[in-house]
Amino acid sequence: MADTPFLSFHDRPNSYIGRSVPRPNAKRLLHGRGVFVDDIKLPRMVHVYFVRSVHAHAKIGKIDASRAEAHPGVAAVVTGAQLAEYCKPWVGTLSHLEGMKSPPQRAMPIDRATWQGEPVVAVIAESRAVAEDAAELVEIDWEPLPAATDMKTALDADAPLVHPDLGDNLCWRGEVKSGDVDAVFKKAHRVVEETFVFARHTGVTLESRGIIADYDPSDGRMTVYHAGQAPHNMQAIFAEQIGMPEPDMRVISKDVGGAFGLKAHTYSDEVATVALARMLGRPVKFIADRLESFVSDIHARDHIVTGRMAISKDGKIEAFDIDDLTGIGPYSMFPRTSVIETYQILNLTGVQYVIPNYRARGAVVFQNKNMMCQYRAVGHPIATTVSEGLADLAADAAGLDPVEFRRRNLMADDSYPTKAASGLPLEGLSHHASLDKLLILMDYDGLRREQEARRRDGVYRGIGLASFIEITNPGPLFYGSGGARVSATDGCTIRLDPSGIITAAIGITEQGQGTETMIAQVAATAVGVPMDQVRVLTGDTDKSPYGGGVWGSRGAGIGGEATLQAGKALRGNILAVASAILQTEPAKLDIVDAKVVDMGTTTERISLADLAALAQFRTGDLPDDLQPELVVTRHFRVTGYPFVLSNGVQASHLEIDTNTGFITLLKHWVVEDCGTIINPQLVDEQVRGGVVQGLGGALYEHCIYSDEGQLLNGNMADYLVPMAAEMPDIVVGHVSTPTKTSELGAKGAGEAGTGGAPAAVLNAVNDALKPLGARVTAQPITPESVLRALGKL
Amino acid sequence: MSRDVEITARINGESVTKRVPARTSLADFLRYDLELTGTHVGCEHGVCGACTVRVDGDIVRGCLMLAAQIDGAEVETVEGLSASGELADLQAAFLERNALQCGFCTPGMLLAASELIATQPGAGRKEIRAFISGNYCRCTGYEAIVDAIETVIKQRNGGGAANG
Ligand code: FES
Ligand code: FES
Repeated sequence: MADTPFLSFHDRPNSYIGRSVPRPNAKRLLHGRGVFVDDIKLPRMVHVYFVRSVHAHAKIGKIDASRAEAHPGVAAVVTGAQLAEYCKPWVGTLSHLEGMKSPPQRAMPIDRATWQGEPVVAVIAESRAVAEDAAELVEIDWEPLPAATDMKTALDADAPLVHPDLGDNLCWRGEVKSGDVDAVFKKAHRVVEETFVFARHTGVTLESRGIIADYDPSDGRMTVYHAGQAPHNMQAIFAEQIGMPEPDMRVISKDVGGAFGLKAHTYSDEVATVALARMLGRPVKFIADRLESFVSDIHARDHIVTGRMAISKDGKIEAFDIDDLTGIGPYSMFPRTSVIETYQILNLTGVQYVIPNYRARGAVVFQNKNMMCQYRAVGHPIATTVSEGLADLAADAAGLDPVEFRRRNLMADDSYPTKAASGLPLEGLSHHASLDKLLILMDYDGLRREQEARRRDGVYRGIGLASFIEITNPGPLFYGSGGARVSATDGCTIRLDPSGIITAAIGITEQGQGTETMIAQVAATAVGVPMDQVRVLTGDTDKSPYGGGVWGSRGAGIGGEATLQAGKALRGNILAVASAILQTEPAKLDIVDAKVVDMGTTTERISLADLAALAQFRTGDLPDDLQPELVVTRHFRVTGYPFVLSNGVQASHLEIDTNTGFITLLKHWVVEDCGTIINPQLVDEQVRGGVVQGLGGALYEHCIYSDEGQLLNGNMADYLVPMAAEMPDIVVGHVSTPTKTSELGAKGAGEAGTGGAPAAVLNAVNDALKPLGARVTAQPITPESVLRALGKL
Repeated sequence: MSRDVEITARINGESVTKRVPARTSLADFLRYDLELTGTHVGCEHGVCGACTVRVDGDIVRGCLMLAAQIDGAEVETVEGLSASGELADLQAAFLERNALQCGFCTPGMLLAASELIATQPGAGRKEIRAFISGNYCRCTGYEAIVDAIETVIKQRNGGGAANG
């Protein structure tokens, strides 16, 4: 095809890059016409309810299902042993995580349950209610076993073993280091040290997990409707586990009611549902109710980190040393594993700063609690809180304002490309520019003056800062390189139909972040059409090119770039056809408003609809040697870097009632740099939603377990999440450093808010408490923990 | 097992008669028996507000009410209120302000917002935040929702566009 000049996408007449257009697909949702998994009803569909282990650790003795089977309306009752014939076990390890171990996990265990909530027996009936009735009739002879629940003692010699075959409860140990930390600490001018505790919490997607598996024995095909975020990945997993050819497994993830990473994993009850559909030869629906969600959706963040920082006389960081411990439940989750949060903490802590000597060690242990795995901003809230909490302590020790300490230590904006102390390659970040912008946005000096004045009246307000980075646009390093069928590449197939409409099909998916809108914006821009003439197809393995789905803040950066390249290629093909019809050079033509025009003008030569119709129906008008190709596919993956980092800084302003311990969030600011912004409103709302999830972890959310491994607050009334009245307004600003790894230059923004907010809040709380000589170091920061810190409890 | 009850009610303006098990919740009745799936369930224990619908003019939690209790009543859901146009300005403001992401909380949020506007036509941001605190949203962080509701309140009071 002839080369056609392509103006930078910002300059295109139909450029939608950088424009806050509303989401066309939001209208369905606003009218109650979304189709979530539980809204789907199929002929002959049955419902599965799982009897779950009531014990954290127990031997499964005799199972008597006879009364349940006899219950009217029951289609089948299936035990782990019966299901094993239809479903292979899986192992949640990755080959590049050296020394990692995890035992095979079954969809339902055969002889031993290892957490409270593990599905043990499946009851399938004409309705969910009937299945629940019959489940009460299933009798299981449980023999409770000692449970290992406390991660701190899980490696002790006398700890109960979660899996006796493994010999101990260790899943993985990791270490990252550069320089000589021990030598520096020995002769350091000053050392600050702190132990931070991060409680277990969970994602609480408002739509719970759900799946319908519809197996047609006549042609051997399975269609799975899945509340998920990575349909191709799940296609591979479901097919492999139940022993079906991958192409016969179709996975559709259409409207999804929040995912946040939680819906990217392989859940035993979901695999069981797929296997049951095969076994029964009819559609089977599983919808987790909220009580099941709390004991079976992945948990995250349960970490204890001790950090030390050595600083010089002039307040420069000389060494940073951290030690991390986490407990992940009885198995490492498949296929992404449950050690990536630790891996991130080891690699991301202190990445904002110039650190000559660095060491990070982490241990990941098994325990008899619900499984942990990746949830929005994996590891980031922890790494950022440890870095920024210690930065504030170090600033104090050096007698510097937190802003001045950051100015002295943040990596210089002109020092890229470079590497972090952990070895992480950094492409182009803007910590100083972001901080400068933040200080203006929030009127830092004014707030400090106000803080001072109010303290004299006994009002304790705090200001907390947190510089952060966010890993986005991941390459294969996390998962693919370790053997998981998780794609870091995405393809976009774009076509011009005879109607003149552009359709873009893409492997990334939509869970409300605005994927389809963003893709339509890029496609419209690349081809040269109004956005309302673009349709986007996502979330169906039969309809879109292979792709990774949405996780790791990869949608805009990877899916957007694939779309840009596909759109440009289609534009070239359209102009090749146009030049033949119009007897001119392709380079003299352009596409504006869905019309082929003379370059530099808006004079219509032929509309895209007419051109496409001619190319389809009146091909006699074309030269014989021109075959119009009005469907093209382009792929994109990040090369040269393992992932592309976004960065930014957050600030929290809050007030503490020292009598009740209550924290009132007054305002929150974020300046973030995600490179090229495709849709500013969508980015800002990702940031705001992310901040609020971070604030949830910082202040409210906590899966509280008893020593015996029973979840004590597994319902929505007792597990607190942020509500509107408690949340502050959030001001969002931007700095833009486009990534050079793509033409579009977009980096991710979906996890920035969650990654940085907890650190900003912790620092603000400690800033407020400082004159009272109190400090908190554990999240969630509750009124009780504030009162304890104040010595009032 | 539970016995069946017969229910006759006006649902979105249409008269409906159905026999359902007595234990059926209003939310399940709407969703599964009438296929009005715009009403969502997020908790089934009265906390999240996703199941909010209107019964005889007042908003209720569809998961906490039994279908049997609506016998003889008038029920309105997001489908009916969309068709009648009653929610149109709220829906337009939500769209414009991107006050929804996944949209799972949205029908309940719209119903709550319409009740707020009807009962507190002068509500400011603080009152809006307080009123919608019975409706969880895990995606948006609430600010866009507050903005959108504030816009509609100002519009209905004859004012111009809200400050964002
Ligand atoms: S589903 Fe009714 S309040 Fe949550
Ligand atoms: S938009 Fe997802 S829960 Fe509100």
